[in-house]
Amino acid sequence: MNLISDTRHPTPDTYVRETGVCLRVEDVTYHYPHFELAATSFVAPVGELAAIIGPNGSGKSTLLEIVSGHLKPRSGAVWLDGLDLHHLPPRERARRVGLARQEAPLLFSFEVRDFVRQGRHPHLGRSLFESPEDERWVEWALEMTQLTSLADRRVTEISGGEFQRAVLARTLAQRPRLVLLDEPTANLDIGYQIEMLRLLRQLAAAENFVAVIVTHELNLAAELADYLVLLDAGRCLCQGEPEQVLQSELLSRVFRTPVAVDRNPSSGRPRVTWVAP
Amino acid sequence: MTLAVTRRDVLTLTLALVAGLLVVGLGALALGGVHLSLGEVWAGLRGTAAQPEASTIVREIRLPRILLAMLVGAALAVSGTALQALLRNPLADPYVLGISSGAALGAIIALYVGGRVAAASPLVAFAGALLTTAWVYLLGRRAGRLASYTLVLAGVITASFLSAVILFVLTLLSTRDVRGIAFWLMGDLSVVTDMQLRILLPVVALGILALYAFAKDLNVLLLGEEEAAHLGVNVARVQTAVFLLASLLTGVAVSVSGAIGYLGLLVPHLGRMVVGNDHRTLLPTAALGGAIVLTLSDTLARTVVAPAELPVGAVTAVAGAPVFIYLLRRAAG
Repeated sequence: MNLISDTRHPTPDTYVRETGVCLRVEDVTYHYPHFELAATSFVAPVGELAAIIGPNGSGKSTLLEIVSGHLKPRSGAVWLDGLDLHHLPPRERARRVGLARQEAPLLFSFEVRDFVRQGRHPHLGRSLFESPEDERWVEWALEMTQLTSLADRRVTEISGGEFQRAVLARTLAQRPRLVLLDEPTANLDIGYQIEMLRLLRQLAAAENFVAVIVTHELNLAAELADYLVLLDAGRCLCQGEPEQVLQSELLSRVFRTPVAVDRNPSSGRPRVTWVAP
Repeated sequence: MTLAVTRRDVLTLTLALVAGLLVVGLGALALGGVHLSLGEVWAGLRGTAAQPEASTIVREIRLPRILLAMLVGAALAVSGTALQALLRNPLADPYVLGISSGAALGAIIALYVGGRVAAASPLVAFAGALLTTAWVYLLGRRAGRLASYTLVLAGVITASFLSAVILFVLTLLSTRDVRGIAFWLMGDLSVVTDMQLRILLPVVALGILALYAFAKDLNVLLLGEEEAAHLGVNVARVQTAVFLLASLLTGVAVSVSGAIGYLGLLVPHLGRMVVGNDHRTLLPTAALGGAIVLTLSDTLARTVVAPAELPVGAVTAVAGAPVFIYLLRRAAG
């Protein structure tokens, strides 16, 4: 079934015209030897958090990579503030788009602050050295991710979860218009998971950027994302607000396991639970 | 709080190390088979010494050799630092890409041929280094750009193969020639001409300065190729440039003085222990540190069993191995 419901955005063009700035992913496709990403589109306005969800191998990371401007789609385009991301020079793109994924641990240790400082690289231009403004943004990023107390520690000496926050801080230090995170909550405990996504949403609104994440955590996405894009085997089956996308029949089929969707009484958001046979 | 590296930090550091280098240089001029006092060294440099031998020793024998040690030390240390960043591998050294084997093979073939070709062995060695660089570059490319993984493999395989060829050629040489080559293979600073210094100085200086322009790119490259690309680094261009510059530095150093070991591996790590991983301070530290360390090693090589000489590569190996072990223990603990 190929069901794309886009009730919130009747036509992407009117939306862009009304708001003026946003992320527009338009009919992007990709082709691997054994996998195909079918034409996928979605729109995300400034200040919102969108989540790409779906089973393993559904093409989530591929889609994220295409949205970042790094992977050239076979067809289609990605527009950020009206600019075609795939036709920007890498440095220009790096000033606007921050992409953070699972990273291998480093063999060379940096202090956390130095690690986060690498995020300013796209803005250094011809100069070999950071300016006071660069330093300010580094401190800001450390504060936002609550890493100021760990800033002098070596990156190899902090926990996996703290390292992930450092990666987020580095991405924030880029001051991008588009923040893309692949499984940002993978190693975090539930407190930090919620903390990070809530922070991301807050910052997206306060600092005027768009955040798009790929996540396995359906309930986290339900609670904290404004918009969901559900992929399965390279096709976008459904997109929209959590209520519309998280339907028990659809999810049970996609994830090949019986699930029920009810409501979280405290937040009013949908809640996905596994149904014992 | 760790502040970002500033221009002032780099200048202060460089000046301090240059001062250290001058002190070591003066000491090296004074020590040797014949020990001179500092006064005699100074007079010897200016040509106003009471005994003309002092002047000869200082200006014609020791000074060129010490300058060679400084240039080769700097070249190898900087090359090692750059390759460790390029390959994201703390065990990389200037020879991991097979360049020293190529140069050695060139030198050995030149010596085997004998005559005028043998006299031009540094040139032939450099040609060997260039050819090996080109070969490893072509072999190490993947999807049109250098990948650190394939580059290391290409280098190791090439070095291995060339070592086998070297052994083969060695069996064809007479014992007298073999002794000469052994000295060269371990590193030998005793043979240096003015012409060599005149070429070496600008090449090494420009090579190091050119690499310094990539200092911040090297920092970001340490995060990973993908991560660096996402931060706006033109990874293909930086990798190619750094590879070529490091190969050039290694090539000229090895062509003139043989394959001095351990320097290109250890000096970068010693530098990291002092100034950290930021290449804006690490590169000058490695350059001047390498110059200092090799000058010291060479002085030891000249004085320990005077009037005979140890090959300087033996000194760096004997001194280097314990230092390496110490670094390993420190890293593990």
